[in-house]
Amino acid sequence: MLNVSGLACSRGERRLFADVGFSLDAGEWLHVQGENGAGKTSLMRLLVGLSPADAGEIRWRGEATPCLEFRRDLIYLGHHAAVKEDLTPLENLRLSAALDGIGLDERAALAALIRLGLRGREDLPVRVLSAGQKRRVLLARLLTRPAVLWVLDEAFNALDVAAVKLLGELIAEHLAKGGMAVLTSHQPLPVPGGRTLVL
Amino acid sequence: MSAFLATVRRDLLLALRRKSEVLTAVFFFVIVTSLFPLGIGPEPVLLKKIAPGILWVAALLATLLGLPRLFAADHGDGTLEQMALSPSPLGMLVAGKILAHWLLCGLPLVLLAPVLGLQFDLDPSALGILTLALLLGTPLLSLIGAIGAALTLGVRGGGVLLALLVLPLYIPALIFGAGAVEAHIAGLGAGGHLSLLAAMLALAVFFAPWATTAALRIALE
Repeated sequence: MLNVSGLACSRGERRLFADVGFSLDAGEWLHVQGENGAGKTSLMRLLVGLSPADAGEIRWRGEATPCLEFRRDLIYLGHHAAVKEDLTPLENLRLSAALDGIGLDERAALAALIRLGLRGREDLPVRVLSAGQKRRVLLARLLTRPAVLWVLDEAFNALDVAAVKLLGELIAEHLAKGGMAVLTSHQPLPVPGGRTLVL
Repeated sequence: MSAFLATVRRDLLLALRRKSEVLTAVFFFVIVTSLFPLGIGPEPVLLKKIAPGILWVAALLATLLGLPRLFAADHGDGTLEQMALSPSPLGMLVAGKILAHWLLCGLPLVLLAPVLGLQFDLDPSALGILTLALLLGTPLLSLIGAIGAALTLGVRGGGVLLALLVLPLYIPALIFGAGAVEAHIAGLGAGGHLSLLAAMLALAVFFAPWATTAALRIALE
């Protein structure tokens, strides 16, 4: 469903990578590896359509991206916290769903936060939470936003052992339901199967 | 449309949690317009003559105060990226942010202007025209300002650059906005000036969100 071919990217004079290609079908996931500065994050941003590629093309269900269908099926979590510090986790989840045009009732949002281990923290401003807890608030979006393709850039950063295991489970569940995932990480991931792309 | 309203609600809620940022612009407007009558002294004829210009220039500068923050916070914490990738059109979300900016930084100025105008010995009908001109003009300031805020997003020293970029574009709004009140005081009727302001606003409502969206996409690359 996701077909990437001949992708190239350069920053200034320096060529980061060229002729990167892969394809993913339902239930498959890709682990992007590479040393610091190899262009993992650049590849992720190209893939989701935040920056344009020098060459190559990305097709989603046969259609060239960025298209509306791709944005509807995609969830991208990058390095940024992407949560509002002045709002509570519950408000953050519900407002980001509303911005995406999805109705999310309080019960469903609360259930997602509880699954992520934030019970009792849902009404505190995000500003007082720890880095790992902020990350968990962001990850709760994986449960509230129906998406087929998960693009997670260094999603395992700042998480404790239990949360790493939980995220691994979430990804495995998502794949079992026919989802797809592209992940970057330096550590081995607790997700079975998957192919590796080294930049 | 629901995403548009959700953006407005979100930005108003954020402003409510951080009131000082909104209040600075409003107090700036109140203080600057009050300094002139105090500095010039009790000369009703002179004050009446300079009132429209001063109120309008103060409104321009007060709007400018809130502009650098329009997209900077969302850019900094990554929520702008999420908006750009959202299934809702980015233009719609941007339009929501601009409306919220006007409700927070423009509407209070419109509501305060008749009170502040009293210091300049403006009569009630002139105050009415001033308020109407600001009601048409301040959304125009927010719309044009949003383009500048998006273009200078992520640039070091962007605040000054933003002022240099946006203030010249505010000149037509200033001329016709202040001109409306002056024309009314001179007995010429303010209809023409107000119509031109409304025409500029109509044009900006269609083009500014689109231009802002294009500039934001470049800033995100």
